[in-house]
Formats: sequence, C-alpha cells, structure tokens
Amino acid sequence: MASEEESTVKEPLDLIRLSLDERIYVKLRSDRELRGKLHAYDQHLNMILGEVEEVITTVEIDDETYEEIVRTTKRIVPFLFVRGDGVILVAPPLRTA
Amino acid sequence: MLFFSYFKDLVGREVTVELKNDLAIRGTLHSVDQYLNIKLENTKVVDQDKYPHMLSVRNCFIRGSVVRYVQLPPDGVDVELLHDATRREARGG
Repeated sequence: MASEEESTVKEPLDLIRLSLDERIYVKLRSDRELRGKLHAYDQHLNMILGEVEEVITTVEIDDETYEEIVRTTKRIVPFLFVRGDGVILVAPPLRTA
Repeated sequence: MLFFSYFKDLVGREVTVELKNDLAIRGTLHSVDQYLNIKLENTKVVDQDKYPHMLSVRNCFIRGSVVRYVQLPPDGVDVELLHDATRREARGG
C-alpha cells in the first residue's frame, strides 16, 4: 500500500511530488521562466528551488522600423523561494525510462 | 504551514525579497506570519538609483501577496529537512 502511494499519480499534485529533488521547469506570470531543483512545495505551489536559472523575456518595439525585438535576460540564484500565486505551470524533468 | 515554519527558522538571517512590482529589498528577517507577510529590518533597496524614494526606509512590513521571490541564504537551506517536510505535508493534506 505504501509503495503504491509513493508511485501512482492520482491527483495533479502527485506529479509534482514525484519531481522532488529533480530539476523542474516553472512558467510564471510576467513572462518569467525558472529551471531549478525542487526542494519543497505546498498546496499553493509555493516552492523552494535550488540552482535556479531565471529567464525573463521582454519584447521591445523598435522606434523606427516597428520591429519587435525579443530580449531574454538570464540570471542564476542559488536558492529561491517562489510564491505560488505567480505560477502558471510546472513541468517535471524529461524521463527517458 | 511548511513555509511558515521554514521562514520562522530563518528569522535573524539576511534575505532579499523581490516584489511583484520588481522592487527588491534586502534586509534582516525580523518576523513572519501565517500569510507569509514579512517584516524586514535594516533594509536596503537593491537598485537604489531606480528607487531613490525608498532611501530613508530602514524597516518595513511586506504584505505576503505582493512577494514574487525570496532569495534565501545558501546555508539556510537544509535540503533533506525540506524534502521530509514536503512529503509529510503532501501526505497530510
């Protein structure tokens, strides 16, 4: 019973539980994306991630040509608490098994 | 409850709180409550040139809902402890 509890995905949050201590992808509001190791989460999707890479995407319009210029800014943070209300989606790491 | 307990253990440590309006404030964590409202002391705005009106603010209360990130001190994260606490919380609901 205990092992079944550990491995089956019965509700959405189970998928995240199986990603503990794995690198996950998190898409956030205001065009932000995070990749980092999941160390903790709760039912609000508050999270603590480790070795986080944050990518912020901004689109600027060129004054003269009106072309859209897409810029991405990256930074690395060792440990980050992320408030759950900004989370849009969480994706587990790709499994090759 | 997990993060409330976690932040309580972090009281007295230096953290950087990033708000949803992009303002980032560094300071000593004075206290936290169940809504993850945060009180910081000896605060310093990270980008002072951009927010000069915050220069005189030395301590502040931050409503939990406006927080986007909290940058944690690397030695303030016990990974194993967090994993156990998370599994316990996931089981208990």
